Amino acid sequence: MNERVVITGMGIVCPLGHTVEEVWGKMIAGESGTAKTTIFDASTFPTTFSAEVKNYDFTKYVKNPALHKHSNRGSSFAIGATAQACRQAGIDVETQKPADGIARDRLGIYLGAGEGSVDNIAFFGALVEAWNDQTGQMDWARWSREALATMKPMRELEQESNMPAAHIALLTGARGPTRSCLTACAASTQAIGEATMIIHRGDADVMIAGGAHSMIHPLGLTGFNRLTALSTRNESPQTASRPFSISRDGFVLGEGAAILILESLSFAKKRDASILAEIIGYGSSSDAFRVTDMHEEARGAIQAMEAALADANISYREVDYINTHGTSTMENDSIETKAIKAVLREVSKKIPASSVKSMLGHLIGAAGAAELISCVLAIRDNIIPPTINLQEPDPQLDLDYVPNRARKARVDIAMSESFGFGGQNNVVIIKRF
Amino acid sequence: MNTPRVVITGLGAISPLGLTVKEMWEGLSAGRCGISNITAFGTTNFPCQFAGEVPDFKPQQYVPKSYRKAVKLMCRDIQLAIGAAKEAVQSSGLITKGIDENNINIDPTRMAIDLGAGLISCELVELGPAIAKSITDGKFDIRKWGKEGLEAVTPLWLLKYLPNMLACHIGIIHDIQGPSNTITCAEAAAHIAIGEAGRIIQRRWTDVALAGGAEAKVNPIVMLRQCLIKRARTENHTPPESACRPFDADAKGSVFGEGAGIIVLENLKYAQNRGAKIYAELVGVGESNNINPVYEHLEPDGKGLQIAIEKALAEAQITPEDLDLIIPHGLGIPADDLAEARAIQTVLGQAAAKISTWPTKSMLSTTGAASGALDVIAAVCAMEEGKIPAAKNCENKAAGCELNITGKPQQKDIRYALCCSYTYGGQTAALVLKKLDGQTNE
Repeated sequence: MNERVVITGMGIVCPLGHTVEEVWGKMIAGESGTAKTTIFDASTFPTTFSAEVKNYDFTKYVKNPALHKHSNRGSSFAIGATAQACRQAGIDVETQKPADGIARDRLGIYLGAGEGSVDNIAFFGALVEAWNDQTGQMDWARWSREALATMKPMRELEQESNMPAAHIALLTGARGPTRSCLTACAASTQAIGEATMIIHRGDADVMIAGGAHSMIHPLGLTGFNRLTALSTRNESPQTASRPFSISRDGFVLGEGAAILILESLSFAKKRDASILAEIIGYGSSSDAFRVTDMHEEARGAIQAMEAALADANISYREVDYINTHGTSTMENDSIETKAIKAVLREVSKKIPASSVKSMLGHLIGAAGAAELISCVLAIRDNIIPPTINLQEPDPQLDLDYVPNRARKARVDIAMSESFGFGGQNNVVIIKRF
Repeated sequence: MNTPRVVITGLGAISPLGLTVKEMWEGLSAGRCGISNITAFGTTNFPCQFAGEVPDFKPQQYVPKSYRKAVKLMCRDIQLAIGAAKEAVQSSGLITKGIDENNINIDPTRMAIDLGAGLISCELVELGPAIAKSITDGKFDIRKWGKEGLEAVTPLWLLKYLPNMLACHIGIIHDIQGPSNTITCAEAAAHIAIGEAGRIIQRRWTDVALAGGAEAKVNPIVMLRQCLIKRARTENHTPPESACRPFDADAKGSVFGEGAGIIVLENLKYAQNRGAKIYAELVGVGESNNINPVYEHLEPDGKGLQIAIEKALAEAQITPEDLDLIIPHGLGIPADDLAEARAIQTVLGQAAAKISTWPTKSMLSTTGAASGALDVIAAVCAMEEGKIPAAKNCENKAAGCELNITGKPQQKDIRYALCCSYTYGGQTAALVLKKLDGQTNE
């Protein structure tokens, strides 16, 4: 029991690219993955841009694409990211007879994953057909006729949030504990944290953990625009995500998948896997405050950070780098800064705390996992990825956000933070192995 | 330090059989069926006609006055969950902020919440006015939607339908500041959430956890989805109460419904120290995965479920003969029921024909993310009463099903009960509950 947990593989499909090294190279160069939205015609929406995954074809990653032919965007990203991560970790995929020495009932899955887009033509078409604006009522008989004629069974099924996990199971044959969670923007950090706990307890040797999500669809954009949570800097999409800047006006909606292979240290050693980093701490809390706002004094965020430090059994002084939630909303960046100051006290201004959402956009359910990958690479290369677009600092926010340029610095311990809409706070700490 | 034992100290249920645990149990005991003709929306041309609808539910009564304004931000899934959470907390004897803010008897940072939630569809009617502004030549026009249509959508619309909002609202009402998670594994979600909540208590991150699930599936698009993937019964020439027939030779698909089941899980020591009534102990949790290219169904040999059951029994350190009750997932979908029967039969061997198996969905309907929690509550009630109600709508067992399903109620001392679940998409889970009989010394 209480097995140490290490990371032995990583894969990513995100707005900056389709491999870990490509994405990391662009992060170090401070590039933005944001551009005009092309998935659907968003030209009249309050926000006309997003951070899309571009030119992606999941069939390149699998021998048997037919098995996944109905996968939606989120699932297709998950397939590519998992294939990469498994390759790095030496986990056989797409075979009835894996020769990797990993018993399938000891191989689990834990994803933070979100819903797939509705079938826009069928969904909106049936509503147009059935809505009677004079009476303010839906004609259900017409709705049923139209929906039955246009909605496709697998297209509907694939909207379920557990589908990315289903595709990963088909790909890898995993028979261990398999969970999918959705705690908004904190989901994949929570998934990685809980997956770590599954290995700690000895309930699995290896976990495929991370996130997959795309909310770049008309209803997703509608929802976030109505909440006024998104940047509307339509004239300059690439500079729209500007965490900690005085002129920040909301987050940039992104999409993607990020997968990490976690395993017990003893198992990794036994099979001679190369170890990328160790997960040493996880903390989780809730604000219990409001569904619309974070707790003003950052109570829940502080609690999660302190719980993660306690779980890691380290002092706040030992943290070398904080990968912030840093969404580029007025509220998050202020309250998160408050939380970091409360937890890191006298060293808070000395510890670099950057937001890679300035480059990636906000991958929602997949955000935390993508960000944790950047932490692993920061440790590997001793380079801290920057917060780009930070030309106009907010005078109230006075931490070292690593503005605009990546920085060489020794990083042995990194902390990754995720805070979800509604108040779920999750923090994971990793360490050089 | 020993790993803490985890016990159930509170129960809350809102189901098609009523608004309380008592009503659900009385209904199940009497063989009443919560399935009837759909009233939530017009069903002309709609392929399935039956559903398990919750009767006369008024959300306001479950929400403290100071929070009542928030009810308009709650979809029905959230409302049902809040109702079941209130009953569960009340029955546990814990006094949270949401029960009486002047007499709170629990540290809010030592409470967690872990719920299963479904893929929540918005109320389609709500989008009507926005749709009306987004039509060009009789067709939907996304450019109009982006401008005029969008403006007609209420500002906080998205928050009403995020699955984590069940746990968030309950967390706000009862001031739950520990970990909060939302499991989105469809029909296996509640068992997985309960299992995870147990683990959080075992690792001492919390003393108390609310766990379970809720889902309101009586929404046209949600139900149509189940029809399209051929899981829902669309043959309607039958009385509604005989429509859902788990493991029966005449089964023709499941019937979907709505509900919420929430239990209070607690560290045994903590429960003993405060003198709580202990209903049962959670002694085994097993989880696995179904690997099936036809992933809307369980694989034919039920292997993914079999592994979950084996793990749960192993953790409980019992043999199949020790079980007195099995509540299977039992949907009334022939291929899935057969696969489930095979899974149970493989694990239990000869014991499968002896141990009482009691499917509940014939009466409760398939309530998605709530169903596993309602089954756990039903199992606890059966333990309390020493009684297994009659199975309903399983008069002639389907070929290949060797389970002991009987149409007669039985008096029985239940020491161990097994609850099983699985879902389209593959996740499987099994829980073993143990009756404590006052033997609660660690």
